[in-house]
This record gives sequence, structure tokens and C-alpha cells, in this order.
Amino acid sequence: MSANVMVVDYGLGNLHSVVNAIRKLGHTAVVADEGLQLAEADRLILPGVGAFGDGMRELRRRGHDRELGQLTALGVPLLGICLGMQMLFESSDEHGFHSGLSLIPGSVHRLDQNIMKVPHVGWRRLHPSQDWQGSFLEETPEGTFTYFTHSFEAKPKNADALLAFVESGEHKITAAVRCGNIFGAQFHPEKSGDMGLAILDTFCNFS
Amino acid sequence: MPLRIIARLDIKAPNLVKGVRLEGLRKLGDPSRFAEQYFHQGADEIYYQDIVASLYNRSSILDLVTHTAQNVFIPLAVGGGIRSEEDIQNLLRAGADKVCINTAAVKRPMFIQEMAERFGSQCITVAVETIRQSKDHWEAFTDNGREHTGLDAYDWAQKAVELGCGELFITSVDHEGTGDGFDMDFIHRLSPNVPVPLVVHGGAGHPSHILEAAQAGVDGVAIAQLLHYERCTIADIKQACQEHGTEVRA
Repeated sequence: MSANVMVVDYGLGNLHSVVNAIRKLGHTAVVADEGLQLAEADRLILPGVGAFGDGMRELRRRGHDRELGQLTALGVPLLGICLGMQMLFESSDEHGFHSGLSLIPGSVHRLDQNIMKVPHVGWRRLHPSQDWQGSFLEETPEGTFTYFTHSFEAKPKNADALLAFVESGEHKITAAVRCGNIFGAQFHPEKSGDMGLAILDTFCNFS
Repeated sequence: MPLRIIARLDIKAPNLVKGVRLEGLRKLGDPSRFAEQYFHQGADEIYYQDIVASLYNRSSILDLVTHTAQNVFIPLAVGGGIRSEEDIQNLLRAGADKVCINTAAVKRPMFIQEMAERFGSQCITVAVETIRQSKDHWEAFTDNGREHTGLDAYDWAQKAVELGCGELFITSVDHEGTGDGFDMDFIHRLSPNVPVPLVVHGGAGHPSHILEAAQAGVDGVAIAQLLHYERCTIADIKQACQEHGTEVRA
């Protein structure tokens, strides 16, 4: 089954990697820069690498913030990846205070370099914070390795928004979130090998 | 954090090259085919080093990155001849996840800070090439160990971190190609004192060398000769790691 996936382009990083991965899986990837066409997408992906403030500025400049709000309200599933996941939240303190898309209650904060190396770079095993059934992780074996590269962490206000975590020593880091039809992955599924591709495939296929 | 096993490929576009003793460089063919192979064999990351690093023809390395990113779904790092914000922007957009800078950073250290702020520190790795000069002193080099910088390698690595790079990639030029092991003396000095991820390269000849580096606390090892000469596979390395208590992605 081939899904129509709209990948939001707002000028920040890793767009082609996500598009390549979607196409490799046999789905249709459409790059959306000039306005998101409401009728066309089965799924939305918001990728992103870089700074929260820059990302939000570029999303707002293109009107994507409004459009994402409208599309998700209509029930289109959305997956935010890395910075894309962080921007789903209300705010971040990266380089000053910035407001996000506020699609998920909570905020984004710098990882503590007193407890771990920052940026957090490498492969970590995913653990469930809640049952993964009905989410983009529903086919993923517990403990699957995925690739992380980030300096900031999203902290959901509500515990039921936490989908998965990874561990750095005894410290837990938010790895995946959900809020209705809105999902987020702090890791990069498009860079997490075959298991990562499988996660993207589930996002494209699950109902 | 599981140890990252990184396959390093030296590129003289459009070819993968390897150094052969007494022969210079041998062309091995399309690097993206090798990258794909290493990806399927379980490599955690691919690192392309552009050894020509031409001032003018940047399009061939961009084409290579674009093509690789279509079939290789693990992190891709690119180094060699990266001089400007535009170089970095182009590489990241084509599918690279991080860039590795050396000469540009030595020439103007603030470049590290500026690019880390622009793209995020996780995209900016500083490469330090080391040659040991005495018992306690290593000098940093550029241009594959050909150009002196006059900088103390340890101090320069620390400075690069202070300026905001997200990762350090240390190549021991004097150990590279020997198969005698990494420069463990330098690694033992540096590893406990870096708050950012540390990748080491140069000298791996046997899985035991990788274990040694892991025990010294490095976050990743970059392997070239060992893989290209097919003396060892990624699976061999990962198995040895698992057997000796070093966690790897498997």
C-alpha cells in the first residue's frame, strides 16, 4: 500500500534523506514548500536539523505553522523528526526563548552536560513509556537501536504524551511522543538503518 | 553508549581510493557502492574524506553524497575542503548529516563557532590530525598530515570544543596505515577530558585495537584499511566487541 507523504520543506537540513527513505519504501513523497495542499497528503512529515528559533521563523514565514495546525485538526497524521518533533511543543529555551507550534503541551530544554556528553550523538535502544499499539512504533521490537544527534530534549507536560525513552546511564531522555494523530521522533528514522526504515513504513501504513 | 563503528572512505572523486605501499593510490571504483555494502554489513556511520578537496569543483562530492543518500540510511559525515557556510549548507541539504572541518578551522577558529551556531553543533565536527613529536607533545597537522600548524594537538582539540564543535575526529597520521593500533597514548590523554563525542582513526589492524580504544572511552572508531583490504568485516569487529563487553549496535 503506497501512501502520499508530504514532507515539509522550510530550508533546514535533512530534507532529502527523509524523501529518499520514503521513496525507497515505495511511498510517494511530495516536498511541500509553497503552501501545503490540503487534499493531497495521507501523511505529513516535519523534518528538521538546526536551531528551534530559526526553524519556527522559517515555518511562520511560509505560513506552515497555520497549515500544520489545520491539517492535523482534520486528522492527518503528522510525524515530527528531531527538530521537527521539538517544534511541535510550546516553547524552547535554545538561544533565548522561542515559542513553538504548541500542538503538544510541554517545552524543550538543553540536555545537561553534567550528566552526559552534549550533543547526544549515537545509537540507543528504544524503550516504551506506554504501549506502542496504534502508533508509528507499533511494529517496532522493544530495544531497537535508533540514531540520535541533538542537544535539546522535549519534555511533555502530560505523561501520556511520552511514547518512548532511551537511557543515558540512569538518566531517561525523551525519544518519541504522541498526542492524538500527532507523533514525534527525537531520533532519525531515516538514518537508523533498516529498523528505522521499518518505523517510517509503519508511520506511512498504520491506521 | 554503544561504540560506533564508522567506515571511512577516502575519495578522489569519482573514485574510492586506497593507499597501496610503493604504488601510491589505487582506484577502487564507485564509493557509494562500497558505502552501501558497509551499510548492509552493519556499519553505524559512513565517513567520506575528500582527499583532493579542490577549491573549484565541489559538484562531484555533492553528486556522490546525493547518490549515497538515496541508498544508505545511516549517518553520513563528509570532510575535506570544507571552507564556507555554503559548502556546509550544500552538503547537509544533499544528505550529509555532519561535516568535518580541519584547515578552515585552523585558519580561522571562529569559523567553528559561527557554523555551530548556524547549523547546530551536532553537524560540525572538527578533525584533528596528529603526529607525535616527542614523549609528551603531539602537533596538529592539516592536508593529510602534510602541513604543520605549529599547534599543540591536545590544546587545539580543547579549543575546538570550547568554540562549540559537536564532535572531535582525531586521526593519528603516524599510526595510519600501519595496522599497529591507534595512538593510545594520545587517546588516553584526550578521552577523559572531552565533553563532546570523540571518534578516533588511524592504525586499526585488528579487532583488539578497537577494544582498546573502546576501553579508553572513545565514542566511535573510524576504520579504513581494515575494511577496504577485507582483512576484517564489520561483523567480526562487532562480534569481538560483544564478546569482550563493549556494547555495539547489533
